[in-house]
Amino acid sequence: MKAPKILVLRAAGTNCELETANAFKLVGGAPELVHISELKSGKKRLMDFGVLAIPGGFSYGDDVGAGRVLANQVRHTLTDLRQFVRLGRPVIGICNGFQVLVKAGILPHSNACDQNASFTFNDSGKFEARWVHLRLNTQSSCLFFKGLPEMIELPVAHGEGKLVLKSPRHLEDLKKTKSIALQYVTEDGKLMGYPHNPNGSIFNIAGLSNPEGNVLGLMPHPERFIAVNHHPNWTRQTYRKAAVGLEMFRNAVVHAR
Amino acid sequence: MSAPTADAAEFAILGKDAKALRALGAERHLSLSDLEWSAIQAHFKSLRREPTLAEVETLAQTWSEHCKHKTFTSPIRFTEGRKTRLIKNLFAETIVAATESVKKSWCLSLFEDNAGVVAFGKKWALAFKAETHNHPSALEPYGGSETGVGGVVRDVLGCGLGAKPVLNTDTFCVGRPDYAGALPEGAHHPARTLRGVIAGVRDYGNRMGIPTAGGGLWFDDDYRLNPLVFCGTVGVLPQWAVKKEVKPGDLIVAVGGRTGRDGLHGATFSSADLGADAPSSAVQIGHAIQEKRVLDALLAARDRRLYRSVTDCGAGGFSSAVGELGAKCGARVRLEDAPLKVADLDSWEIWLSESQERMVLAVPPKNLKALQAVFAAEHCELAVIGEFTRTGRLLVTHHERTVVDLDMKFLHKGLPRAQRDAVWQAPGSSKPSGGATLKLADALKKMVGHLNVCSREWVIRQYDHEVQGGTVIKPLQGVRHDGPGDACVIWPHAATGDMKDPMGFSVAHGMNPEYGRLDPYWMALACADEALRNLTCVGADPGRAALLDNFCWASPEDPRQLGALVRAAEGCRDAAKGYGAPFISGKDSLFNQSKDEKGKDLPIPGTLLVSAIAPVPDTTKAVTMDFKGPGNALYLIGRTNDELGGSLYHKVLGRAGGEVPKVTSPATALDGFKSLHAAINRGLVQSAHDLSEGGLALAAAEMGFTGEFGCLLDLDELPRDPRIYTHDVLLFSESPSRILVEVRPEDESAFLRHFGKGAKSAPVRRVGSTMANPILKVVGLDGSVLLEEPLKELKEAWQKTLPGMLE
Repeated sequence: MKAPKILVLRAAGTNCELETANAFKLVGGAPELVHISELKSGKKRLMDFGVLAIPGGFSYGDDVGAGRVLANQVRHTLTDLRQFVRLGRPVIGICNGFQVLVKAGILPHSNACDQNASFTFNDSGKFEARWVHLRLNTQSSCLFFKGLPEMIELPVAHGEGKLVLKSPRHLEDLKKTKSIALQYVTEDGKLMGYPHNPNGSIFNIAGLSNPEGNVLGLMPHPERFIAVNHHPNWTRQTYRKAAVGLEMFRNAVVHAR
Repeated sequence: MSAPTADAAEFAILGKDAKALRALGAERHLSLSDLEWSAIQAHFKSLRREPTLAEVETLAQTWSEHCKHKTFTSPIRFTEGRKTRLIKNLFAETIVAATESVKKSWCLSLFEDNAGVVAFGKKWALAFKAETHNHPSALEPYGGSETGVGGVVRDVLGCGLGAKPVLNTDTFCVGRPDYAGALPEGAHHPARTLRGVIAGVRDYGNRMGIPTAGGGLWFDDDYRLNPLVFCGTVGVLPQWAVKKEVKPGDLIVAVGGRTGRDGLHGATFSSADLGADAPSSAVQIGHAIQEKRVLDALLAARDRRLYRSVTDCGAGGFSSAVGELGAKCGARVRLEDAPLKVADLDSWEIWLSESQERMVLAVPPKNLKALQAVFAAEHCELAVIGEFTRTGRLLVTHHERTVVDLDMKFLHKGLPRAQRDAVWQAPGSSKPSGGATLKLADALKKMVGHLNVCSREWVIRQYDHEVQGGTVIKPLQGVRHDGPGDACVIWPHAATGDMKDPMGFSVAHGMNPEYGRLDPYWMALACADEALRNLTCVGADPGRAALLDNFCWASPEDPRQLGALVRAAEGCRDAAKGYGAPFISGKDSLFNQSKDEKGKDLPIPGTLLVSAIAPVPDTTKAVTMDFKGPGNALYLIGRTNDELGGSLYHKVLGRAGGEVPKVTSPATALDGFKSLHAAINRGLVQSAHDLSEGGLALAAAEMGFTGEFGCLLDLDELPRDPRIYTHDVLLFSESPSRILVEVRPEDESAFLRHFGKGAKSAPVRRVGSTMANPILKVVGLDGSVLLEEPLKELKEAWQKTLPGMLE
């Protein structure tokens, strides 16, 4: 079977592209690191790829706001992104990539690509790296979650990860359209504050998908849990867990085949 | 064409006497000695001309302590007790000689490049370097530590033909954050310094996408005016890219950031006393994303083999980068071609500026076009500023005016060597004296909360320690991901692209300035020992370890300070030989002393940071330090002696004196480490933790509260000096080379088979067991229960100190 081509987007300050590409490679994808300027110049075309991944990092230093500059470039350069999404091809934005998707108006989904959400600084006021418990929305049609357990663990590492919405109405819309893909929870699945919710996001939202389920944006890093010994407690037998991050990439690759 | 600049004109020194030259030097922050001035005078006298300002600046930077390590390489008259001997070159006779004597075929580059390089499997190599950025961090903590990270990352980028950085480490020595005494004008409070340096490392390292997963913190009020900031970086490069060369005719290409007025006189300033009049322009301004662009473009160009050599612009800027690359052939530079931040820079400023994120390449002219395309794709600026020649001269012009025309030989070999005196007086009686008496339980509670051992979680969480997806043993460990790991293990698949090979590496540190106060020789051995046992505990191969030395000392002009430094260097020599662990790179930072609020000199305690790196043959077999289950056996490797000198126990009691911990036989210590490594590789070890500050009691407490299982220890089972009858010594002594190991009952006999039984083998004994009840229970020599402490309380005391002071 032919390996689907995966576009891993780069710009100055992207820094999780190599491990993200390795994750796709491990599950049979054919990732290619593509600089945003190569898309702008027309040297590379988004529509030639089966999956788009916007990896984590500090694109352009997060100057002006996390992901803001790259989001503008995506808006103006990747004009075929909406068509890409409409065709049902998988798009994943991780951490900085999620911030880009939100600020480019791709997530939460709106017909006019309006930006209805944004990110601000963590309530703790600090950049923080830690593993969190997450609950997947079992009612969401998110293709990345196929076959995953409801409760998973992944690491977060960000300073500007608090999701905010334009108005309470938008939260209701998100609930109705089953777009809240995953939430920060305690070990036994309850919604709680810091440090379980590491940044203070509204309704403990850790990730969003579009109603069709082919676009996923999330603050946690699935590419940092693609081997058993990525989990912080893998040296304790009772805590040995399958690498759930890898399954998200596998689902995207399988879908794109 | 701009107006001719003033600094291309003559800078008159020929007729001047020593006093006048000294004044001239002070005015321009040149830090040149009388002897160096007279060598410069004599050189230009023989040329029958005055130098230019840029020439004198170039010489001052190139000859600075920072660049030439004069103290370590100049003759020293060393008096030890009644004996006096001449050390011709301390560096060559200690560090280098020891490294040569242990001869390791896996050392690929030693001391000559920007970092040391060791083999990592058959195809790859690891470059490792640690540097300090002390003076800038004292002046401006955030900018100082940021550019400290940026600088050492560039060292690794500029090592061989370029290595990809895969790990950063950071160690800070600062005054206590709750220091309440007076400070001289202009000095920052230690809490402000600490917050600033943490933020700097965080913002630069995180933005660069390099995990910061190792390091340490040490608090002592004698660092309050001279904080120490050690930044280390490990890079991965293919073995073919280790060697570099420059050929005459190659273009001198500057890449990365533009040149500005920031960071003038950084190299010479690092040898000057800090005071209220210190030049703020000496601190550079960091821009992490610019450096990330350089990194991405450079490695892409490396893999297409578009350049022949590379080095970074560090101290001395272009002058040292071009001067070093062209040392063997010659170089010609046109300053007007260098991209500038501001237009009104003088020639000497362009030439000497330490603006960040710049690198210099030697590029065959036929490759220029391809190189330009690679850098343009990453939006990274590139400029040809001259070419390497075969003239043996360093010729620099600015708009056709000659600003520097120096003989490379004089520049690099002309430095006159001044002899210095050093004195070492062995400490006399070491009977412990003074201080309070505390119940064992009370002492333990005070110790776990002490600044020098308490939880560092507040700091570590601010660093992205998992970016690149290779941190398989994390700095924070245990059930709740918050226990104090001995070292991190990195599986650098993002750099190698190989997800099948489970090989990784580990980096660990050893440092204890308290021991140095008693005897720097034993401090050095203890530091190396600590770094190696930390490595061993996580599963790295102690027989394949390489070391870095970073000395931070007060003024070498004080014979006692210099004597202590000699003693520490000799300790490093004997450590390298004894453990068979070569030093592959190192750095020294001297003159770390300042006038305190009363105008008295406040020197830092002589500080040595030993960093160690070793491969972890199979990262899926790595080990953490948290207890894994109840009913497991606890084994102690290594012998306990009455060594409480400089210990944490004495510190909390306020007691002075005592025997400094001694590694009397590194060979025996290494034997124990190697046996443990073999057992770990066979999967026979559940957890392992080294005994350092606080001794056995603290190590057991940490393993317990991190794994959430208790333990019972019987002090009578300790392998020990039979003359010890006091419980506090057995619990808290800091004898080196000891590791506490958890083994399942079914693995005990197999585990013990890995340990030798000869007179020179490391002792190993079962000293207790783990249990479900989460308490630390200790039975004394007479069978009585000495301690029965709930781990929860110990953990709370351990966790609350730092956030309490910094939030």
